[in-house]
Amino acid sequence: MWELIENNKRRSVRLFVCLFVVLVVLGALIGEVVLPGARPFTGPGIWLGIGVAVVFASILGAVAYWAGDDIVMSVSKAILVTKEQHPQLYNIVEEMQIAAGLGRMPEIYLVVDDAMNAFATGIRPEKAAIAVTDGMVERLSRDELQGVVAHEMSHIVNRDVLFMSFAGVLLGSITMLSEGFLRGMFYSSGSGSRRGKLSGGGRSHPAILLIAIVFAVLAPILARIFYFAISRRREYLADATAVRLTRYPMGLASALEKINGDPVDLEIYNRFTAPLFIVDPYVGLHQSQRSIIPTGSTHPPVEERISILRALSGAGFRDYQSAYVKIRKEAELIPERMLRDKTAVPLREATAGETAGVEPIRKQKHRELGDIVMAGAGFLFLPCVCGLKMKVPPTLGASSVPCPRCGRLLILPSVTAGITHTGPEPAQKSVADAAPLSYERKSDGWESFACDCGHPVQLSPLFRSRFIRCRGCEKDIEIRYPGTTR
Amino acid sequence: MMVSVLIFIGTLLVIGIALFLAIVSIYNGLVGLRNRVKNGWSQIDVQLKRRHDLIPNLVETAKGYMQHERETFIRVTEARAKAMGAGAGSPREVGQAEGGLSDALAKFLLTVENYPELKANENFLRLQEELTSTENRIAYARQAYNDDVLQYNNKIEMFPSNIIAGMFQFLKSEFFQIENVKERETPQVKF
Repeated sequence: MWELIENNKRRSVRLFVCLFVVLVVLGALIGEVVLPGARPFTGPGIWLGIGVAVVFASILGAVAYWAGDDIVMSVSKAILVTKEQHPQLYNIVEEMQIAAGLGRMPEIYLVVDDAMNAFATGIRPEKAAIAVTDGMVERLSRDELQGVVAHEMSHIVNRDVLFMSFAGVLLGSITMLSEGFLRGMFYSSGSGSRRGKLSGGGRSHPAILLIAIVFAVLAPILARIFYFAISRRREYLADATAVRLTRYPMGLASALEKINGDPVDLEIYNRFTAPLFIVDPYVGLHQSQRSIIPTGSTHPPVEERISILRALSGAGFRDYQSAYVKIRKEAELIPERMLRDKTAVPLREATAGETAGVEPIRKQKHRELGDIVMAGAGFLFLPCVCGLKMKVPPTLGASSVPCPRCGRLLILPSVTAGITHTGPEPAQKSVADAAPLSYERKSDGWESFACDCGHPVQLSPLFRSRFIRCRGCEKDIEIRYPGTTR
Repeated sequence: MMVSVLIFIGTLLVIGIALFLAIVSIYNGLVGLRNRVKNGWSQIDVQLKRRHDLIPNLVETAKGYMQHERETFIRVTEARAKAMGAGAGSPREVGQAEGGLSDALAKFLLTVENYPELKANENFLRLQEELTSTENRIAYARQAYNDDVLQYNNKIEMFPSNIIAGMFQFLKSEFFQIENVKERETPQVKF
């Protein structure tokens, strides 16, 4: 796997140089037009332009590096998922972490979206995270979900997130600069004399002006071609790595098939996060756009990826390479000297177990996911004696609520400190070192309250011990009995 | 005369230094690989332990539902004890013992098929997911370990690193296989 990372690095450096050159030339030309010297290319404008372009890109880059992951997660409205909440998803990610030999377990997020998609973040690898939509978890079988998670894990171990984020920053800077310049030219063209006054010097040479405008139009397109070409390559490589990790290409293939046939569009689509997803969320949104600009997709056609995966006879990079060459009728994906698998890497068989799409299982999955989402929104789970689990919104405002099935009055928990935490910040962390929790019993009947971690704790009428252990955070909670009611 | 002797000695010196550097780099490479193999093995160990820890819970949950399957329980418990006993052994011994456990688990889970109530038990479902995941983890840890062993053993056999390996007694590592006829059929229940 390491050879791939090396290869990726080298190619990425080339991409960076190309994008950077485009950025610098653009900056220089704009500077020259705005602040022309006495003779062409002698004034301060050219250096000022380069400086502004580079500083601008650096600021964007710094923001992406330090806050990018958090921004992506909050834009995507993602909820942090713990092992208790969704053991299967957690297990699958941990399995892939073991297979990939990643030192640290990535965080897992659930994106509340009916569309089927997934993405990985982690510009800093130690802050890596994998996010999947709940539509995906609900509709995919275990093997399929594993394929998807493996693909995202590959993006992390191949350092795709890092490279594509910074390439995206350069692309974004180029686009914004040229857009700003062209707009400025358009609005000031009516009053050209004013621009002359502002710059202090003479007007820029008409030929240079023309070159600058043409370049400003072409630069974003050029940059996008570089960017998309490398992004698509990385998708193939991530597929190859995913197969290498799971040794089961059929899982990923059938997951891609399901995703491709899914009519629901991703609500949280965002231009800058697009290359991170497992399939391009853009394609579904603007089908027409795809044919107009052939270079306009960050992802290769899904059909092609599926047929490569289905044609594999082994799980090694060499197998992927030969299938890739056969189907794409193109030069090799990975340079021959980089392939170090000397022996064949065998495929594995399907995991026996659940069959996806069976209605009762899907319903159950749907309910589980709904619970996670509700817990993330601060909902309280009140189990009733009759077996009903009531989900109470945090904004109810009453201290008790009747059970809709049996009519018993359920007392709302008084200890609600922890459950007001919403969003990606896990509630457990914030109260990890708090003083021992206690709860006072109100009656002799069934009672339930929420632990500080948000996990509901239920007391039966027979419960008489001094402590109860919360099943969410494993902490002991002291139960006090007021003398009068006892 | 004097000059040619000096040249001769100088050449010898250069060759000697080059040889020494080559030996050092090959030796360090071998040590690095050996450590990776060791680390890979300890990863497998962690997952096997996880598997062993899971079984008492599984048996405990199932017992209430399957009162007439004492033999199955005994078989699983014994296989687990044997597997735990083999924990410090060579990869082959561990593989054999774990294979026995896999067999017993497969039979156990086959019996579970006859108890729909148990299959619907929430706790049991959770344990089953854990078991599936553990089997996968073992498979992936084994995969990584065997990849490293292959690389390490190749280095030990191939020229010129085989000379260094022989000098410093780098021994070939064993591959890890869970020896079982139905080894790839991880013990799981069909819903």
